[in-house]
Amino acid sequence: MTLPGLLDTDAIRKDFPILQRLLHDGQPLVYLDNAATSQKPQQVLDALTSYYERHNANVHRGVHVLAEEATALYEGARDKVAAFVNAPSRDEVVFTKNASESLNLVANMLGWADEPYRVDRDAEIVITEMEHHSNIVPWQLLAQRTGATLKWFGLTDDGRLDLSDIERVITEKTKVVSFVLVSNILGTVNPVEAIVRRAQDVGAIVVVDASQAAPHMVLDVQALGADFVAFTGHKMLGPTGIGVLWGRHELLEDLPPFLGGGEMIETVSMSSSTYAPAPHKFEAGTPPIAQAVGLGAAVDYLNGIGMDAIAAHEHAITAYAVERLLEVPDLRIIGPGTAQDRGAAISFTLGDIHPHDVGQVLDEQGIAVRVGHHCARPVCLRYGIPATTRASFYLYSTPAEVDALVEGLHHVRRFFGAG
Amino acid sequence: MKLDSMYQEIILDHYRNPHGKGLRDGDAEVHHVNPTCGDEITLRVRLDGPVVADVSYESQGCSISQASASVLNDLLVGKSVGDAQQVQEAFLELMQSKGQGEGDEEVLEDAVAFAGVSKYPARVKCALLSWMAWKDATAQALAQRPE
Repeated sequence: MTLPGLLDTDAIRKDFPILQRLLHDGQPLVYLDNAATSQKPQQVLDALTSYYERHNANVHRGVHVLAEEATALYEGARDKVAAFVNAPSRDEVVFTKNASESLNLVANMLGWADEPYRVDRDAEIVITEMEHHSNIVPWQLLAQRTGATLKWFGLTDDGRLDLSDIERVITEKTKVVSFVLVSNILGTVNPVEAIVRRAQDVGAIVVVDASQAAPHMVLDVQALGADFVAFTGHKMLGPTGIGVLWGRHELLEDLPPFLGGGEMIETVSMSSSTYAPAPHKFEAGTPPIAQAVGLGAAVDYLNGIGMDAIAAHEHAITAYAVERLLEVPDLRIIGPGTAQDRGAAISFTLGDIHPHDVGQVLDEQGIAVRVGHHCARPVCLRYGIPATTRASFYLYSTPAEVDALVEGLHHVRRFFGAG
Repeated sequence: MKLDSMYQEIILDHYRNPHGKGLRDGDAEVHHVNPTCGDEITLRVRLDGPVVADVSYESQGCSISQASASVLNDLLVGKSVGDAQQVQEAFLELMQSKGQGEGDEEVLEDAVAFAGVSKYPARVKCALLSWMAWKDATAQALAQRPE
């Protein structure tokens, strides 16, 4: 099976040692859990090893050779990430530990900020019903602590944002609008422009959760028009423990720090301190240095293939997967039923067979999918289901893996006596 | 096939035809969830003197969690609270055995079929959901008894 737009996955898969693994009784691994985390190419593994074998030191202090090399590698990773998202300045890239920390950081900046940014009891916070818990709970906490009102956009039956009442949801009272660019459970790619335009009309800060976008498509923070963009390294071939918050320079300069400690200060006395300029103001303590270096290597790898080419590959795989999945009796896709404006994560239910059971029988065939509510429980509530099975693809996914999934689902149905 | 060790026919039978499902009168009610997968159970215990008179429940979840609740109903209803607690402890021990335990069929009856589940750490919580709910509800029912 070849589809137009596919990458040379034979060559790409050779870069990922884990994809050679055999599971159970010699079953090849079919890894379809990329929305949870991606696998890592040898180039990233080598960057981590080389960092620890040759350059390891703490950064931004010390005058010895290793400290200077470690600092150059860490700050070099910042340059790579800044270029990757087309940031106007490298100083707009804050390293965090993951997207959750990035989003919590913004929520806390706005909670502690002075006017005009401060979220207080008169303010409204707007999110959507398709957010990952990491873009719900920080705003619930902020609302509870400040007395602000939390509002959200609902969903249509086919898994899109319902923006029909956008002018009632985003109002003059709205201080911040935070939404996901690509849903981790529905796969929906959201219409950024309409939301950003309305938010800007009322002077609200716009936060975009790009965790499922940065790995899969061209991410241009200037084109998005947002004020903050959060994403995580481990879903884009990088290591765990490294996330990114991009923020507009003037906001990072104006907003207060959240975590205090080493690295983030200018001077400290016993009664008060002054802070380093952004991004260091938001990077208290020893940062995830090796992880940032690994993320830099991941960005190099992605650039080497090209984000446009990766997006085209995933679009072809997703279209094929949607078509093949719908051949399975009793299978219901939760989310858009076509590949249009859709990412490479596809959630579904299979008759009344519980996703846990689906996942277990697939695992026996070497097929790794995610089952459960995918940290987006309100979506499950919205569609009246306890959980879903989710298959999610990446640059190394092949049509043969889609075929294996479909055959595996037929086997699941036979196993539970459904066909 | 290894999978058959988890999905014993007896488990699938209980899953397809759960025993004692539905909520009836009880002395205490609890609601337990498995946050990793969304399995939920609302369970009531009714005591009659020293005896577990009824265990009724509404639940949603995977075959393992549903079958486990059904087996629990079979095993515990009609036993004295003390005997039922011993069965519960034996089941807990079996599920924590990491695939090593076989379970005492004298005590656990149908529940020994869950021995294979103990090899799968992600599924042990599914099997234990109703049993932990029963333990909790029974403790509450006992606590509210007049001395």
